[in-house]
Amino acid sequence: MRRNIPLAVTFVVGMLLIVSVFLPPIETIGEDFGVFFSIIAVFAFFLGGGNLIKVHFGKIMKKSNDWEFSLVTVVGFFAMLIIGLFKIGAPGDISTSVTAEGSYFQEMFVYLINPLQSTMYALLAFFVASASYRAFRAKNREATILLVAAFIILLGRTPLGMMLTGWIPESFSIFQVPNLAVWIMNSPNLAGQRAIMIGISLGVVAMSLRLILGIERTYLGGDDKG
Amino acid sequence: MLLLTFSDIGLIVTLVIIAAGLGLILKLALKGKEIDRRIIFIFIFFSVASPIIFQIKFSEKATAVVKSIYDKIDNLPEGSKILISFDFDPAMAPEVQPMAIVLGRHALIKGHEVVFMSLWTTGQSLLTEIINEYILPDFPEKQEFIDYVTLGFKAGNEGVLKVIATDFKKMFPVDNNGRPLDSIPIFDGVKSCSDFDLVISIGGGKPGPKEWILFVTDPSNIPMAVGVAAVIAPQMYPYYPAQVLGIMGGVKGAAEYESEFIGNYERFKDMKTPGLLTMGPQTLAHTVIMAFIIIGNIIYFRKRKKEAKS
Amino acid sequence: MRKSSLMVLATVATLFIVSWIFKGIALEDIYESNYLQGFLLTFSAFLTLSIMSFLYKDNPFYKFSEHLFVGVSAAYAMVVGFWTTIVGNLVPRLSESLSNFFQIPYQEGTYNFFYYLPVIFGLMLLMRLSKKHGWMSRIPLAFIIGTTAGLNFIGYLRSDFTNQIAATFIPLLGAAGEWKGIGDFFSNLSLSAGGQLVMMLSNWVIFLGVFCGLIYFFFSREHTGLFGKASRVGIWILMITFGASFGYTVMGRISLLVGRITFLFKDWLGIIS
Repeated sequence: MRRNIPLAVTFVVGMLLIVSVFLPPIETIGEDFGVFFSIIAVFAFFLGGGNLIKVHFGKIMKKSNDWEFSLVTVVGFFAMLIIGLFKIGAPGDISTSVTAEGSYFQEMFVYLINPLQSTMYALLAFFVASASYRAFRAKNREATILLVAAFIILLGRTPLGMMLTGWIPESFSIFQVPNLAVWIMNSPNLAGQRAIMIGISLGVVAMSLRLILGIERTYLGGDDKG
Repeated sequence: MLLLTFSDIGLIVTLVIIAAGLGLILKLALKGKEIDRRIIFIFIFFSVASPIIFQIKFSEKATAVVKSIYDKIDNLPEGSKILISFDFDPAMAPEVQPMAIVLGRHALIKGHEVVFMSLWTTGQSLLTEIINEYILPDFPEKQEFIDYVTLGFKAGNEGVLKVIATDFKKMFPVDNNGRPLDSIPIFDGVKSCSDFDLVISIGGGKPGPKEWILFVTDPSNIPMAVGVAAVIAPQMYPYYPAQVLGIMGGVKGAAEYESEFIGNYERFKDMKTPGLLTMGPQTLAHTVIMAFIIIGNIIYFRKRKKEAKS
Repeated sequence: MRKSSLMVLATVATLFIVSWIFKGIALEDIYESNYLQGFLLTFSAFLTLSIMSFLYKDNPFYKFSEHLFVGVSAAYAMVVGFWTTIVGNLVPRLSESLSNFFQIPYQEGTYNFFYYLPVIFGLMLLMRLSKKHGWMSRIPLAFIIGTTAGLNFIGYLRSDFTNQIAATFIPLLGAAGEWKGIGDFFSNLSLSAGGQLVMMLSNWVIFLGVFCGLIYFFFSREHTGLFGKASRVGIWILMITFGASFGYTVMGRISLLVGRITFLFKDWLGIIS
């Protein structure tokens, strides 16, 4: 029962969405499913938040390693949640957007989330440079091709490429590095990406069918009670 | 007399310091000394920070993939409906925000009716920030609901796209501030995404431009343009030109669009161009990374040669 | 706490206060609440530098920022999801009085009761937090999986499979009526449509590249003979693709760093305009 109902739900929903493409009269059912999906997605956000608090509360209660930092997570979480849900400091009435300019919630985004998230990803610039120095070696023919293509793109995507090869006459302009970079993107890169794309699409289609037909059941977890 | 600007002097000083530093690293590495990763970090920081301080700027020329988006917006008749989706977060913003700003400005100056929305939670806040701080101050004459409207975020990724592909108001019954779409003039005659003359998705993750193509614009044959983070840009090329009319890839794409825009619109010739400004640090950092790759390979080949001899 | 840690903490706190005061004074002519604005900007800079300090080594400032980020981000998503989708899409279909409370127009409909279904599914999904009733979350999960699978099946098959194959069959000998003579053919090597040799070469690279790339991914047959040679060409094409991706990745990562450093120099320190 605990396995069969979910399998039936996946089958019915998946099949209906596929059939709705061919049968416009039942398109509205597909649309309704889309709205349902949207609403359930918000509950998934709630689940994520709930789980986070559960984990960090557990750490605080047990006074486990670095529990003080878990306190930071919990305080940050509730501060943001309360300010957002009660629209504290928000301009206008209740229907005004929660992210309206000047609202405390928007300010917290600008001064907390924005610097934190963007700096996290900005660190990757340093690591990509370090990795280039340590690991990017022309060990064989394939690695050399990769290296040459990367160099042409790195040069061609900046004004440096034009400075170095701008003297090449217009009728042979394909050999100017920026143009060569454009050609690589439009031709070999396109071909390679398309081959990968076709491969992935076949994988996605096969996996979707396996899920809809109930052949793939790993998402149900290991606990099998009926 | 040779006249050097502050930027030129800065560029020369920066290049000299970087060249000297790289030479030193090469010398140390050839002696077999291990280079600490933090030294590489300092180089990257310097090569990015210096052009920012000295405001080193280069000119750009739009390539065909970017120019096609510019031409599409420029040639659409006044009053055309354009949907722009901000599908990004602060982590991607330095790359794609310049695209969002310049596209918004271009669409509004051409007199198009622009609808802004987002498929990312943080896109909702970025929408507020970008529209109020960067786009609208240049267009005091533009009116909300007539010239532009902000719908904000909806959860549900491809679920949202599935609905708006056929019935927009079912997913967005109201705008960002609770105003019914039925009472908004821009939405007169809009049933689904097919009623837009152009759809633009700016992003680089999931959901993003790819999902827009798969679930909305490709099935309904709606003109689609994408502005994507550089990491995703190469993956967009198989869709060009049949499924997307143009691609702005990374900050280079944004810089190309900006240069085309400021070159053609006198009113905006002195506008801030974050895309073009990023190309200075970009050029220097690329050079440093290439130098590191070359140094790494010199050391590798020397080592291999020594091993072969012994 | 060790003495050295206390020293570091005291130094950071002092620098923070100094920055706050200077920023507050600098913003006097721009904002009414200049010291609040100064505090917010200084705190943003502190968070930025705390994350960057990870480059040296892991430390408490980094951990503080990281934990704060996790907490506020989760709450941010919940709040935005609640106001935009629960209040925006669910409430107007379920309750007139709640719609009036939130000042959202109520949407009358005969089948609105169906919208209790996502609420029930949503609540069942939350049961995942309970050990005893966790199994209930399988049903909404099955709905999510079913919807994604149904949408992806059609979407990927159409846009990433059939349309991609169709786009690969392109004129390999040049389109009719384009021939400009043998001289132009070999001497015009521009990237524009005028350069016919480049155009033709591009089309061949696309056609053969996709074909050979797919052969490389075909693992049901041994890669020997002609098949092996095609597979080898496939690898080369893929290597160029990965090289291009690497180049773009570097560009992307640098841009993000430019964003942060610009913030530090412009918004915080005010050394550039």
